Amino acid sequence: MTMQTHHRCQLTIIAEFVLEARLVALVKQLGAQGYTVHEVRGGSFSTDGERHREGAGDTDRTIEMKVICERATAETIAQKVLDEFAQHFSVRVTLAEVEVFRPAKY
Amino acid sequence: MDPLILLFALGVAARLARSDLRFPEPVYDALSIYLLLAIGLKGGVELSHQPLADMIFPAAVTVALGFAIPFVVFPALQHLVRLTRADAASVAAHYGSVSVVTFAIASAYLERRGIGVESFMPVLLALMEAPGIIAGVLLARAGGLGGAPVLREVMVNKGVVLLAGGIAVGFVVGSEGYASLKPLFSDLFRGVLALYLLELGLVVGGRFADLRRAGWRLVVFGVVSPAIFGVTGMLCGTWLLGFSPGGAVLFGVLLASASYIAAPAAMRMAVPEANPALGISASLAVTFPFNVFINIPLLTLLGSTL
Repeated sequence: MTMQTHHRCQLTIIAEFVLEARLVALVKQLGAQGYTVHEVRGGSFSTDGERHREGAGDTDRTIEMKVICERATAETIAQKVLDEFAQHFSVRVTLAEVEVFRPAKY
Repeated sequence: MDPLILLFALGVAARLARSDLRFPEPVYDALSIYLLLAIGLKGGVELSHQPLADMIFPAAVTVALGFAIPFVVFPALQHLVRLTRADAASVAAHYGSVSVVTFAIASAYLERRGIGVESFMPVLLALMEAPGIIAGVLLARAGGLGGAPVLREVMVNKGVVLLAGGIAVGFVVGSEGYASLKPLFSDLFRGVLALYLLELGLVVGGRFADLRRAGWRLVVFGVVSPAIFGVTGMLCGTWLLGFSPGGAVLFGVLLASASYIAAPAAMRMAVPEANPALGISASLAVTFPFNVFINIPLLTLLGSTL
């Protein structure tokens, strides 16, 4: 049996832990029906030196937030997140196509 | 030698040796919650034994000094350390606020030597958490910088809630009510503090790279500032507030210490233009060890001669 699926977008926001409350408020305001958040660790190897975020203290902690929604909503959220936070905070935003079983949830 | 200090040094050494030793984040959180609550509860119980009127003037002076310190260090950070306005305001807020663990270590140091302190010192500690952060935000805002409003977050951050809440609960229940909590919050206190310091050593060891980037001027500031404010606080405690020698030393430590929990998170949100690594690296990797290894013993020695 093949289950019927529906296309949606999964927005993944990797950001500083201190932004969590503001990101949750933002995605709610822009029409997302839900989100998941978990803590992650990571770093970058840019030319101006390695930097690692290991979760030592609140300003060194990192969250990964996932929001599954319609593409238009995902793009609006992504734009707003980048406009508001990308200049001064560590923020990464990616978008991926996913298939969901219950489209009304997203 | 104090085992607390040795465990802190072990943490630093383990980190520098790239050991895989690390505490899970929830354990670190739980240890800091325990320490804040234990200090608050014990302070509240002590406070229930004496008239509250005695602490009104010291409380007012504490809030005023906590608010004033960022304004004093800000020009030095801008012109001598050569930080931008945003960075200077952020670092200034760290130095206006306090370090609860430095306070705990100083209290343990004095206790081991049988030196008594005023019972309301934890209240002063709680009162000094927020004013410095607010002053730092004002300094940034005065230059047209700054992001989200943070007053509510600063006033209800976990440090203030646990310290002030613990003091209130301890004050209400008194010695009798506290007796059932004593095995956990008093008898185990030094053991938990030891664990926390091991973890803190690991964090500090990881901050030296940031410090190298920040430059020697900030390192010098991280030593000179607590040395000056430590002595200022002690003299203020002795002559202005009439504290006992132990109380004056602890008041000096309050002024000398710099925040590395409440201030970094608050300033990150309030002044996003600032580099968050500067304040936390200076307060944690320079000022904290300086206070623990040099300033506390030195102030205690100085206090005994006054």
